[in-house]
Amino acid sequence: MDRRTESELVTFLLNGAEAAVDPVAGERLSQSLRERLGARDVKVGCNAGDCGACTVLIDGAPACACLVPTQQVRGATVETAAGLTATDPDGVRLAQAFLALGASQCGFCTPGMVVSAVALLRGTTAPGPEAVRDALGGVLCRCTGYSKIVEAVVAAGQGRETALPPGGRVGDPIARVDGGAKISGGEVFGDDVAPPEALVLKVIRSPYSRARFRFGDLDAYRARHGLALVLTAAEVPGANRMGMIPGYIDQPVFAEGEVWFRGEAVAAVVAEPERAAALDLAEFPVEWEVLPAALTPEAARAPGAPVLHVPGNVMCRGRVCRGDAEAGLAGAVHCVSGRFRTAFVEHAYLEPEAGYVVPAPEGDGVAIHACTQAPAMNREALASVLGLAPEAVVIRPTAVGGGFGSKLDLSTQPFLAIAALRLGRPVRMAYARSESMQSTTKRHPSDIALEIGADAEGRITGLRFDGVFNTGAYASWGPTVASRVPIHASGPYRMGGYLAETAGVYTNCPPAGAFRGFGVPQATIALELLLDELADALGQDPLAFRIANALRDGEPTVCGQVFESGVGIGACFEALRPGWAAAWAETEAFNALARAEGSALRRGAGVGAGWYGCGNTGLPNPATIRAGITRDGRVVLHQGAVDIGQGSNTVIAQIFAEALGVPVAAVERVGADTDVTPDAGKTSASRQTFITGNAAMRAGAALRAEILRRVNVEDARAEIVPGAGGLEVRRGGETHAVPLAGLEEDALGYVISAEESYDPPTSALDADGQGEPYAQYGYAAQMAVVEVDTRLGTVRPVTITAAHDVGRAINPVLAEGQIQGGVAQGLGMALMEEYLPGRTENLHDYLIPTIGDVPEIETILVEVPDPHGPHGAKGLGEHALIPTAPAILNAIRRATGAVLRQVPVTPDRLRAAILAAGEGA
Amino acid sequence: MVEGARARVVAGGTDLFPQLGDRLPDGDLVDLGRIRDLNEMGQCPDGWLIGAGTTWSEILRAEMPSGFDGLKAAAREVGSVQIQNRATLVGNICNASPAADGIPPLLTLNAKVILVGPRGTRRMDLPDFLRGPRQTGMRQGEIVAGVLVPRGVCERSAAFRKLGARRYLVISIAMVAAVLRCDAAGRIANARVAVGAASPVARRLPALEAALEGADAAALADPGFVRPEHLAPLAPVSDVRGSAEYRCDAIAELCRRTVLDALSRSPR
Repeated sequence: MDRRTESELVTFLLNGAEAAVDPVAGERLSQSLRERLGARDVKVGCNAGDCGACTVLIDGAPACACLVPTQQVRGATVETAAGLTATDPDGVRLAQAFLALGASQCGFCTPGMVVSAVALLRGTTAPGPEAVRDALGGVLCRCTGYSKIVEAVVAAGQGRETALPPGGRVGDPIARVDGGAKISGGEVFGDDVAPPEALVLKVIRSPYSRARFRFGDLDAYRARHGLALVLTAAEVPGANRMGMIPGYIDQPVFAEGEVWFRGEAVAAVVAEPERAAALDLAEFPVEWEVLPAALTPEAARAPGAPVLHVPGNVMCRGRVCRGDAEAGLAGAVHCVSGRFRTAFVEHAYLEPEAGYVVPAPEGDGVAIHACTQAPAMNREALASVLGLAPEAVVIRPTAVGGGFGSKLDLSTQPFLAIAALRLGRPVRMAYARSESMQSTTKRHPSDIALEIGADAEGRITGLRFDGVFNTGAYASWGPTVASRVPIHASGPYRMGGYLAETAGVYTNCPPAGAFRGFGVPQATIALELLLDELADALGQDPLAFRIANALRDGEPTVCGQVFESGVGIGACFEALRPGWAAAWAETEAFNALARAEGSALRRGAGVGAGWYGCGNTGLPNPATIRAGITRDGRVVLHQGAVDIGQGSNTVIAQIFAEALGVPVAAVERVGADTDVTPDAGKTSASRQTFITGNAAMRAGAALRAEILRRVNVEDARAEIVPGAGGLEVRRGGETHAVPLAGLEEDALGYVISAEESYDPPTSALDADGQGEPYAQYGYAAQMAVVEVDTRLGTVRPVTITAAHDVGRAINPVLAEGQIQGGVAQGLGMALMEEYLPGRTENLHDYLIPTIGDVPEIETILVEVPDPHGPHGAKGLGEHALIPTAPAILNAIRRATGAVLRQVPVTPDRLRAAILAAGEGA
Repeated sequence: MVEGARARVVAGGTDLFPQLGDRLPDGDLVDLGRIRDLNEMGQCPDGWLIGAGTTWSEILRAEMPSGFDGLKAAAREVGSVQIQNRATLVGNICNASPAADGIPPLLTLNAKVILVGPRGTRRMDLPDFLRGPRQTGMRQGEIVAGVLVPRGVCERSAAFRKLGARRYLVISIAMVAAVLRCDAAGRIANARVAVGAASPVARRLPALEAALEGADAAALADPGFVRPEHLAPLAPVSDVRGSAEYRCDAIAELCRRTVLDALSRSPR
């Protein structure tokens, strides 16, 4: 083949320095920058120009480096985040503003945001929010909800320095302790560890939802393409089964003979990087015999359906029963009911799953460098797959570019570990975006029948909930969804008779697993929409109706659990009250004018609420924190609560530092390396601030007591001061040097250390779901104002007001960031997100909100202290998105009269609902 | 110039790379960016010439007559700033997606496609060039050197609307371009309306164009002005972005609004 450009060196200016590469024909600039020039600050999220993470400036103009042939930058000037944030005046100001204002969470999109913003600021003086949105519209973010990004760019554009917020105590809005690297692109994510020459693994996946398969001559294929290795189920050294929940370990690493969902792995190949890049996986020798597939729970439960795991395909059921629901409904004066459907929702974190696995020198173990939310669970699961002792598997989590639940499960790790063990060489892989979307877990689609009754005064007398959840081909976290939903389907309301039942059903769809809320967002849509309809039937204001029925301290939940304090839903609703009245008046005035002018636009205001139990459901759920003092007086915190962008690295450090009594800046952090850091439990179920926070508080206090003991000081006000070469305790005017020099170092190099655990007090549930599933709940209420174009069926959210009871905001800026990001995900779920296997497997057919789709979000931090939370703090992660979709849907109904029973409310669905409501002329 | 069946032409790369997935192209790439003559844009004796190397950003920045307002509005809606900086108008028509943002405005501008190949240069009308989804009238060995917009339509008033399910980075549910010539009383003397993402290739709507002759803003205030029979050449499909039924309904409204936009820009 005549490759004319092949040996032509391409030279250009990279961040001010001469760079020269020798790319193969058609090599992407992103690839050349990352792998040939070491510019790993250029992050690749989609390889298709859909996400903008890899944005660089070429002769000053933003471009997606993944769409530019390297040959095209010959002689050009290329600037990336690392260079711009180091030396460019706009870049430096932007980096300060992003850090100070909390504009970066996981940090994967941040380099693309900052680079795009530099181009804007070079050409525009003091741009306003609209200009910022136009300039940053090509970069997707899944964590922040964009508000703080817009704020940071506007601030930087005003040409002033943004000072970092001072302090570091609990309650201070300090900048993220790991923020600097996230903004410059220096953060090391799953694909940023491996050296460029590492072997590359690629997975062969099923193009069919169900099929039998047979391999051709794999040895011949391997030889023909010069591959290092071909892997199939036969090469799995241990159990070819993975899963998250005991009793439901049912997913093979590689399918055996039959695949059950589109995207399921059947084999993998390992090759040198350039061979791997040239490989056409469509030529892999596998023959498929397509079989009938059951893609919905209805189909999977029909006679003659394929059997996945169990006859009838019902994976498991959940149930909570309290009082007599039927009697409560029969005796109701007003009854509302409906059947609600929600879609598969894709997590769409910007970082595709990626990892790098290094075999132990003796060949009897592996070190796993990969993005994950659950290091200890991964270790157990991988040990089983690899047939190794857990100690032989070391998990060294990389930074995580967003997780939201899906990175609890294994993805790249088993393939890489098996290959690394067999070859005795390190192996890397990064999922392609389509591969990530096809094969990793999703939010469960739901089909919910709900009926609620109230008496003449508006007290809820009965509620009957029946939810069927499509759990896909393998269990993953499906059992958790089935058990959590009946507990939460009442919402934070006082109930009469209550019966909620769920079933998780296997289908030939991708596995549905954990996604921010574990089924609760789906159930809450049904509940909150019907509550609005019930308020209408009663002639009551929707907010007043909710306040009247809101759970209070001392009243039992549907599980019979009584919280004597800390029930914050009433306070959240009250926080919305002033804005609510104003929003109704404004929308009515807007609509009166629109009618008079013949405009198709209508506005409406709606409310939604939610609660969420923090931690595992009625099961032990401990976290352990270790900390130590080195002989030279450094304070080291082993912080095992993986930070997936939500901020645990900062929040846990703040809690620990406060308990120890040192400035947070004095705390060095060691991550969740399973060799040296104890298990803080998974980053999931809104548990880290609450549970690991408590463990950190205990560890800080234990370390403090030990230090003070050594200088014979017993004074709560004594100050511990780490300094160069030692540790001092100051009390009043006295200074005591802590004698460290003579102490013996432990295996980790500490002369004083502490390790403390916390396990929340819960109890198992009985057959009626009665018991104490969670030690604490967090509460939230949100209000949405939307504008609907009634002739086109399009919706523009105008404002969202989010009142969240966080117990105590350990770091208010990070708490706001969690809320704003959750709102954006809830908005996406409400209006645009629907994963359809085979049809929306990329980020241009599967739509998540862009910077232009998320309105101004007003966050109200409500602080009703929790008796168990550290400093009263409650979990927040899942709560953030639960009320958003119902608030938006209720607002749409107020605007248009459209009765909505399905999300996403796409323009075509809304237009049809508006026409059905007779309002669409 | 382009030899061998496996050679591919690359200009902005914004369609080529997504189609490759994570693989490398197998075969040669011919980089149009290195052919300087193709980067021209501007007035020529026959009208306006937009060379193959012209990016959407260059179109947005260029001083162009009012007839190009719709094309400029489309340029603003192409992907993102990142895409607009690299992607070319000619690449957009060569890719021949049913949802190509550039095609409806060019149809309303009566654009001609200039092809260059081993056997010389030829011109095709845009509707003849667009054979079907991803199919064009380009022959083996030919490239599209540019697009020519004839002199007559350049000074008319124009508008473009794109309907999508989010604000940025969005593929159209449908889009409409309109170019109008109006009389002194503000009535439409001549209308060209084209719709994209509602048929295998974007189409003009002759019945609607005829109905628009003599209409003014008052007539178009009627939400029922655009009738189903006006949309006859369209054959929208139901897909992830919307049902066929919805597309027809929404397109009628989009057509009305786009024509009103163009009318409001028409000099009196």
